Amino acid sequence: MSAPPARKLQLGRVGETVQRVDAIPKVTGEFAFSSDLFAAGMLWGHTVRSPHAHARIVSIDISQAVPMPGVQAVLTHEDVPGAKHYGLEFPDQPVLAIDRVRYFGEPVALVAAEHPEQARRAASRIAVEYEPLEPIVDAERALAQEELHPNRPTSGHGYREDPRPNVVRTMVVRHGDPDAEGDVSVSGVYELGIQDQAFLGPESGLAIPDGEGGIDIYVATQWLHVDRDQVAPCLDLEPERVRIHLAGVGGAFGGREDLSMQIHGAMLALRTNRPVKIVYNRQESFVGHIHRHPARIWAEHRADRDGKLKCVRMRILLDGGAYASSSTAVTSNAASFACGPYAVENALLESTCVYTNNPPCGAMRGFGAVQTCFAGEAQMDKLAAALGVDPVELRLRNALAPGDTLPTGQKLTGSLPVAEVIRRCAAIPVPEPDGLPRDAIRLPGGSGNVTRGEGVRRGVGFAVGFKNIGYSEGFDDYTAARVRLFTDRSGGLVAEVHCAAAEVGQGVSNVLVQVARTELDIVDDVLLAPHTTATVDSAGSASASRMTWMSSGAVRLACAAVREELDRRGGSLDPGEEIDIERIYRHPRTTPLDPETGQVTGERAHVAFACAAMRVVAEVDTELGLVRVAWIGTAQDVGKALNPQAVHGQIEGGTAQGVGLALMEEIQTEDGLITNASFTDYLIPTALDMPRVVAELVEDAEPDAPYGVKGVGEPPTVVSTAAVVAALRAATGRELARVPVRPEHLAGL
Amino acid sequence: MRIELDVNGEQLEADVWAGESLLYVLRERLGLPGSKNACEQGECGSCSVLLDGELVCACLVLAAQAEGHEVVTVEGLAGAEGLHPVQAAFARAGAVQCGFCTPGLVVTTAHLLERNPDPSEDEIREALSGNLCRCTGYAKIFDAVKLAAGT
Repeated sequence: MSAPPARKLQLGRVGETVQRVDAIPKVTGEFAFSSDLFAAGMLWGHTVRSPHAHARIVSIDISQAVPMPGVQAVLTHEDVPGAKHYGLEFPDQPVLAIDRVRYFGEPVALVAAEHPEQARRAASRIAVEYEPLEPIVDAERALAQEELHPNRPTSGHGYREDPRPNVVRTMVVRHGDPDAEGDVSVSGVYELGIQDQAFLGPESGLAIPDGEGGIDIYVATQWLHVDRDQVAPCLDLEPERVRIHLAGVGGAFGGREDLSMQIHGAMLALRTNRPVKIVYNRQESFVGHIHRHPARIWAEHRADRDGKLKCVRMRILLDGGAYASSSTAVTSNAASFACGPYAVENALLESTCVYTNNPPCGAMRGFGAVQTCFAGEAQMDKLAAALGVDPVELRLRNALAPGDTLPTGQKLTGSLPVAEVIRRCAAIPVPEPDGLPRDAIRLPGGSGNVTRGEGVRRGVGFAVGFKNIGYSEGFDDYTAARVRLFTDRSGGLVAEVHCAAAEVGQGVSNVLVQVARTELDIVDDVLLAPHTTATVDSAGSASASRMTWMSSGAVRLACAAVREELDRRGGSLDPGEEIDIERIYRHPRTTPLDPETGQVTGERAHVAFACAAMRVVAEVDTELGLVRVAWIGTAQDVGKALNPQAVHGQIEGGTAQGVGLALMEEIQTEDGLITNASFTDYLIPTALDMPRVVAELVEDAEPDAPYGVKGVGEPPTVVSTAAVVAALRAATGRELARVPVRPEHLAGL
Repeated sequence: MRIELDVNGEQLEADVWAGESLLYVLRERLGLPGSKNACEQGECGSCSVLLDGELVCACLVLAAQAEGHEVVTVEGLAGAEGLHPVQAAFARAGAVQCGFCTPGLVVTTAHLLERNPDPSEDEIREALSGNLCRCTGYAKIFDAVKLAAGT
């Protein structure tokens, strides 16, 4: 047993800003992302994809591709060794299309060759004969059109029965008297386009056969174990013969919850008995993952003369695209958070997601709450205008507080400091407008703006939003962590942390290490083992703002057990002796929502909640329709900031994604075909588009969470789209009921 | 075909197919995967390298065009004495999240500070506007540029 080594343990505990454990390899270029992997004898895989949004496959002829130079394998659905379908929650998606394609870009065949260009050329020789079918591309019309999935994969899972064709899920929340009237009523119809996660590191991975029929897959993903559990049945292998290892992840934001190359790479590798690498290009990435659901929302808000909300009625229609992915949970979230973080006595909230032949949609940062926050906050501003009340004051009058009841009947037992985030945000001083004339880089549109700013108008918008933390509605969610304690050569005590928590850039690796350093203050060093299914049980998904909470809970439990065992052994380890303990952490249990009423069937349907308020100053050039987001201030409920610098980074980055949805980001389709699958045509905010974000952290400890922590990644994305568009409305006086707002919606006042 | 080029101060040779980009050859033939491929059409800056001291997207340069020229990639920035000041600043300022854009931004920033040792925030934004980052919202990247400029 060594003496307490002050040097290392003064640094890196919970609550301190600690440099990322992967920062140095990332700045030097040494960090291996999934697209950087290499293995001796490696082949390159390529995926043949459907050029149609909806078609019957008449025939697939691979005979011209097989003899092409360098080609080692050409595979179709006939070569899938096991189950022909998979899915994140419902196995409704073919590994390779069988007799029908349901979206543009759906995988149909695979090629492996010595060089990626050889693989591409061979792929172009695969002759697929299609009989095009009429694509279902309108979410409303889909409810009366032919069933895309006649076997209704999502029915029989305890959801509300909805006999209309193509329903993925319908959720209805009835709260109080849904017909309750108010003194004032405002209404509107809102729409959001399809947003893409647009992570910079495209889908990629390397599959390596183990020589005994099993496979190791190194891939960028968000949940290693759920990948394994989908891959193994399709390969007809026992789960333990499929080992998924986390390769460097170039961003995720929900877009890596579903599988991409995992089964395909493994099929090619097992067939050729050689390692196979698959890397999507940007165009392919746009069809290689699910997107944020586009939505149409009809909303009516009724309030009394004092501005107290009396009743909220909202109908939400989500386009889920061709396959279910996580649409059922998004549907539920949209309804659960439709009223915003406000106390509402009466509500009728109906949320429906449909199958269409549009691009498949699923998880993206904010997960259903983004869509309804955009509509709900526009409604709150309309209500404030109708009542002649200050918009911030109106929000304060209705702010939810602990002890209040949500529209689902769930009582708020934990932390949710809505009024405080509103007050703290509203108190951040807004800067004076930049004078004119000024450098064009600070005009709307930047240096492309050739005016002197004569048409510039300024507007200030405010919005508040909230969403859940963790998986909901009875999902048995847990995270495992394993801690191994041993002595190194110099006699120092070392803790090695094993946890399959996916490091997607959010900084969970630091969380794991900082928690271990905090809980095991006796050790000289903490090491982080590779994230893999091979050595530890599931960590669950790096999504739903859950991973910091869950993984810190698990590591803390494992550390406590290790510490207890060490004490039992007298407080020290001999050379060669070790303690190795795995522990599972669970958050408080949730139960399903009643399928008829949308009311809780137990104490809670959602684990916990987090909220944020944001004020945005925007300038609009009303001649040109161009926008400059000049300033953003926000206050966010974070529970406890485990690594404050990383928390600020999450808030700034999450805000930028909401700015993108407000102003520029939309996947455009024509009859289901994506027409802008590139960074030339799908724009994301650049260094010229994003102002700095003045962020206040509100640390109101969550009683059920380790250290009082809350997830921080999603609230900024939930609230920022609504706040930006509120500022544009203030600048222009226009309704702006659709995002992204386009120049033609702003020009010509 | 065989080409010769100077990469990070080393004379290297590679057997390439005529259609291969400098990015592909760096990553797949010369074992230098630090430069990233995120769009392959010059929109995102993830593959930024210096070609005879000028900032280029390696995805838009054919490897054959680089024959006989000097290429500096992110792997070539750190010296014997340790990290390049820009690299150290990115790590310290929290400018790195997923890190996929980081090599390109580090090279672009090094190029900026070479030309303009004390850039204003507007000049930083302009210089970095060809490098997309999806994680950070850029604020901590601006902090890193200023930190590096002061060192």
